[in-house]
Amino acid sequence: MPGSWPLARRSQALAQRGAIFNRIRMFFHEKGYLEVETPFRIPAPAPEAQIDAIPSDGWFLQTSPELCMKRLLAAGYPRIFQICRCWRDGERGSRHLSEFTMLEWYRAQADYQVLMAETEELVRAAAGSESTDYRGHKIDLSPPWERITVRDAFRRYTDTTAEAALADGSFDELMVERIEPHLGLTRPTFIYDYPAICSALARLKASDPTVAERFELYIGGLEIANAFSELIDPIEQRTRFEAEAAERAAQGKRTYPMPEKFLAALSGMPEAAGIALGLDRLVMVLINADSIDDVVAFTTEEL
Amino acid sequence: MYTAADLRKGLKIAIDNEPYIITHFDFAKPGKGQALYRTKLKNMITGSTLDRTYRSGETFEPAQLEDRKMQYLYKEDDHYCFMDNTTYEQIHISEDAMGDAKNYLIDNLPVDVLLFREKAIGVEVPNFVNLRVVQTDPWVKGDTSGSDSKPATVETGYVLRVPPFIEEGELITIDTRTGEYSTRVKG
Repeated sequence: MPGSWPLARRSQALAQRGAIFNRIRMFFHEKGYLEVETPFRIPAPAPEAQIDAIPSDGWFLQTSPELCMKRLLAAGYPRIFQICRCWRDGERGSRHLSEFTMLEWYRAQADYQVLMAETEELVRAAAGSESTDYRGHKIDLSPPWERITVRDAFRRYTDTTAEAALADGSFDELMVERIEPHLGLTRPTFIYDYPAICSALARLKASDPTVAERFELYIGGLEIANAFSELIDPIEQRTRFEAEAAERAAQGKRTYPMPEKFLAALSGMPEAAGIALGLDRLVMVLINADSIDDVVAFTTEEL
Repeated sequence: MYTAADLRKGLKIAIDNEPYIITHFDFAKPGKGQALYRTKLKNMITGSTLDRTYRSGETFEPAQLEDRKMQYLYKEDDHYCFMDNTTYEQIHISEDAMGDAKNYLIDNLPVDVLLFREKAIGVEVPNFVNLRVVQTDPWVKGDTSGSDSKPATVETGYVLRVPPFIEEGELITIDTRTGEYSTRVKG
């Protein structure tokens, strides 16, 4: 006999969420971005080793709108954004919902440095203020935000290096247990230049090909967004997808068909950068919610 | 056999042949990285706690526990007394082993008593129980403070947040898994 109390109690949070979404749409319209909608149900998600799609009648629910949005870029749309639902199998916790809301935007003739600056603007526009209080931290949103490379973060917060951690399989654990809790506590932090192996769809850095031009944004220890300068070489992309697919097979995970139409479109794609931002989590840090459950109308368990 | 993906708050697993209950559970995953399952585990006999992080692919044995259907009779000093409905056997369980279950104990409440090697180590109450509100402040009509809940004390002494319209003497349903107000019992 579940009551409607948990739903009613979120009314204030949902009103704040709606206001944040409105400000985000205004921001993009003012900057000349076109709002697009791409299908949620797709035949072939990106074959990434650690991201599991939910099957849907022979196809899959999207884990991100990335591949379809890049096909639009390749077709000549220079600035596009989308607010949509994405699904990731088995992801559920105080910061994870297996159905969640993503904001993705793509910009032609830009790289990840341009997106860092644009992300600063977007989050400040979404907040509608110059600071936020989250879990006891007063976080200053005025630019510029902190920027730290993945290598420096390992140096500063762990007693090993990023390379050694990758080699012994402790990279993800150290990231979650030792590094994340320090990131973005006084002002938001961009952590950037990920090891090349952690970035299936990102361009490698010309001056240092051991790292990819990828960044993540953290606010109050919470991972908010992931972005990169897009890889636009279809041959290199196919090689990386094959490696990720082989890793999935080796782990006994479900395999996907190769996204051939995406790979074909890549050869016509301009230089571009793109970013995926978890909107539920952005709402969490802007309204000081402890759990992702507090910022959505329904959790899976309530259905 | 459980896998890491089955882990959740309240699950009981065996570690080194002893029963542990997961008291806190969270899922963590760095972007594009491997899933991690972070747990706090409580030894159901000694009460000692462990922090453990597991990765996908790890497996766990269920804790070997026996469940017996009993009903609550009364409290004596720091012990709670329960009776087996079929054998009329009575057992006592210490307050320490009761955990949150003691918040919901009213006379004759049916419970599952957990036994490990014949020894009672805990009590499971139904997911929903009805308890009467014995104290809560009245709701002032036109209250503009914006508050959407207020504290209330129920007959067991347990205090929780309820909607403003709940009044003293009313019967409410509580979800014992979360300890939260669920609905008002009409009539």
